[in-house]
Amino acid sequence: MRLRIEKRPYPSLRTRILWPVLFVLLALAIGAILIASAGVSPLTGYYELFYGALGDARAISETLWRFTPLLLTGTSVGLAFKCKFWNIGAEGQMLAGATIATFFGVSFVGTSSWLLIPLVIVSGFLAGALWAAIPALLKAKFGVDDVVTTLLGNWVILYFVAYLVEGPWRDPTSLWPESGAICESAVFPRLVPGYRVHIGFLIALLFSVLFFVILRRTVWGSEVKAVGANPEAARFMGIKVARVLLTAAILSGGIAGIAGVNELCGTHFHMKGLGFFGGTGELSWGYGYAGVIIAMLGGLSAIGIPVAAFFMAIIIQGSRAMYRATGVPSPFYYAMQGIILVCLLGGIFFTHYRVRRVKQ
Amino acid sequence: MMGTSPAVVRMVGITKRFPGVIANDGIDFELSKGEIHSLLGENGAGKTTLMNVLYGLYRPDAGEIYVHGEKVTMRSPNDAIDHKIGMIHQHFTLVLPFTVTQNVILGLKFPGGVLKLGQAEKRVTKLSEKYGLRVDPRAEAWQLSVGEQQRVEILKALYREAEILILDEPTSVLTPGEVQDLFRTLRSLAEAGTSILFISHKLDEVMEISDRVTVLRDGRVLATKETSATNKKELARLMVGREVIFRLERPEVKLGGAALEVKGVSALDDRELPALKEVSLSVHEGEILGVAGVAGNGQRELAEVIAGVRKAKGGRVIIKRRDMTDSPPSEIVEAGVGRIPEDRMRLGLITDLSVQENLVMENLKDFSSQRGLLFTEGIFLDHSSVGEYADKLISEFDVVTPSREAPSKTLSGGNLQKLILARVLARNPKILVASEPTRGLDVGATEYIRGKLLEQKEGGAAILLISQDLEEILALSDRIAVIYEGEVMGVVPAGEAEMEKIGLMMAGTPLSEVGG
Repeated sequence: MRLRIEKRPYPSLRTRILWPVLFVLLALAIGAILIASAGVSPLTGYYELFYGALGDARAISETLWRFTPLLLTGTSVGLAFKCKFWNIGAEGQMLAGATIATFFGVSFVGTSSWLLIPLVIVSGFLAGALWAAIPALLKAKFGVDDVVTTLLGNWVILYFVAYLVEGPWRDPTSLWPESGAICESAVFPRLVPGYRVHIGFLIALLFSVLFFVILRRTVWGSEVKAVGANPEAARFMGIKVARVLLTAAILSGGIAGIAGVNELCGTHFHMKGLGFFGGTGELSWGYGYAGVIIAMLGGLSAIGIPVAAFFMAIIIQGSRAMYRATGVPSPFYYAMQGIILVCLLGGIFFTHYRVRRVKQ
Repeated sequence: MMGTSPAVVRMVGITKRFPGVIANDGIDFELSKGEIHSLLGENGAGKTTLMNVLYGLYRPDAGEIYVHGEKVTMRSPNDAIDHKIGMIHQHFTLVLPFTVTQNVILGLKFPGGVLKLGQAEKRVTKLSEKYGLRVDPRAEAWQLSVGEQQRVEILKALYREAEILILDEPTSVLTPGEVQDLFRTLRSLAEAGTSILFISHKLDEVMEISDRVTVLRDGRVLATKETSATNKKELARLMVGREVIFRLERPEVKLGGAALEVKGVSALDDRELPALKEVSLSVHEGEILGVAGVAGNGQRELAEVIAGVRKAKGGRVIIKRRDMTDSPPSEIVEAGVGRIPEDRMRLGLITDLSVQENLVMENLKDFSSQRGLLFTEGIFLDHSSVGEYADKLISEFDVVTPSREAPSKTLSGGNLQKLILARVLARNPKILVASEPTRGLDVGATEYIRGKLLEQKEGGAAILLISQDLEEILALSDRIAVIYEGEVMGVVPAGEAEMEKIGLMMAGTPLSEVGG
């Protein structure tokens, strides 16, 4: 008996859902080994994880609070990938958005929330958009590899932020290198008093719906899909490829920028610099990179991305709960993220190929 | 010579299924020693599948293969080579920086691991002399013409002592002269005892070269005939399943003014080497100007410069008396130029997108609803009008598709081409640049598309027809321009166009020297 790999001519919707789900389950199984190696029964571990993420109103609020930036970065990356702008720079675009929001949030003390919140959102969007537009322009005009430029851009902005919060913006009263707190009126109002989920959640949902509408219902969305599927043919058919690429990058970067504003105004309230162990102390807990995994896990679909983002939020929130309850170290989440990514690649492979037994 | 000689290859009841199709359905086939046996059929008839089964690239779901009367299993091409079977594919597999000899011996083992290049070279020279496969064994592959590259492929097989040669559509890349050279080689090989399998859908060539013909349709063998006991008409009927009209009625159309003028246009190819050298052509309303030439002589670049996707290095492209040199594709389309690109999958269609999306992609804006809030132009796509438009074109152009929302990659080659044709012709182009409009299509689809082109001409369109298929050029064109290495060798009216003269021009002799 031999095995042969064949390409699936056109994977059905069932295939496209089934395999990623199976491989996510595989990732959870591998995660179980990690939990066991920390001396905890995987069943107990996963019970604590899921209970801690979904068990009561507070847990759900906390999960949604983490879901918010993940949905934004997932949507941001999904949109960029849809037209093959390989934006690995959502992390940096988040920081760009948060930086400008810090500037307004700290210096515009006394301004009304009705003015300041729209201001930080719009300016954060523009900053993220600008940070994404540079690699997009380089790609469109000179064919510079976008993976490299967007990825390296992350470090440029990270160290720039580190300079700000350790230098001119440093809050002298704080123990950590961080900026002063943004003023009250820049803080995102909570949706339900006493629970941390805030209006950023609604903004994230709005962009997720927008993503859906753009792809299904607009002229520009069709152009994005065309450029993503075959840029050469798209150009031949009269689509202005460079313009589509640039606008997609701007929107993608902008959404990531808002994710940064969301973290600043909804979570930390201070601009933070370089963190310590595994991201603690940083503004973004790797949400920009998680966005790549979420976009892929969600199959770049407007329905799949929120599902994937929610799953990731459960893992993050649940990992912390599991740590508190059982002592499995909470960076378990980072390990899971990597394991999911590797398994996802397997899932994508099996979505497009099948293995058949060949009789000898 | 045929019939009585023993069968070197016998395939019995070969069945090969792919998801949703039976490519080979219980095929019986026999190849005799020293014969040239053609496998004739439309695209999708199962010719290539059958040969891939024989060559070990596919494994059949049922059926048996006998070589020299002995039952064999072909697990891979290596098994086929061990049984002295050689296959010349449509696309060559030469390593370009290697010499001819190096290419020929690539992959062979030498005793003790010592490469004996001199010895190999001598054998290559001997083989090439014996069978008229003229090629310099020391030339590097990139220096060779397409015809010469093909000879190297044949030498490769002969060097491995192939006694059974499979040639998959070998003439599609050759000039008429090169075709004759190839045929001479094949005949001398057959005389020396080599059995040859010739895959083709060109009836004239099949009639000329083969001893026997096996006609395939829908994965089944319809008949195996001695060539001397059949004729083109009968073969065509077997192949298509109905009578085929060979002579298309060329409507008489009164010529209008020049709609498309190309004046002294030069351009570079993808490697930045000169591909077009001061090409001048003009096409009038109601006229088809055929551009004949062997592949790779600047045809693609010419079409792309006119289509607006390749920059001109010099010269002008004038569309309806407007200078539109280097205008972006969107403006070229708006000026009323329809473009059928030679590479359907690469340029013509976005195969991941649906049939309807491909139909409207060139004029998406026409389908935007005017309900945009702040925008002067609608930003939303009006799905119902897109659907209506797509349905209309699908039925008008007879596109076979499961639905308008099916991804276009699920369509067959002929239907993909109809899809492009539908998109382009639906907008009533005044100028049409059609590159290889029927390449790889079966007889039925070819007939349909040629008919449509003539209809456009009758409607007053100016058509630039670029094709390597000389028969097509002769059947459709009013005038014929021959292009060689990026230069126009001459333009002759179709009436007095003689094959031989065009053949000479295709090989690089200007019209003035041909004696036009």
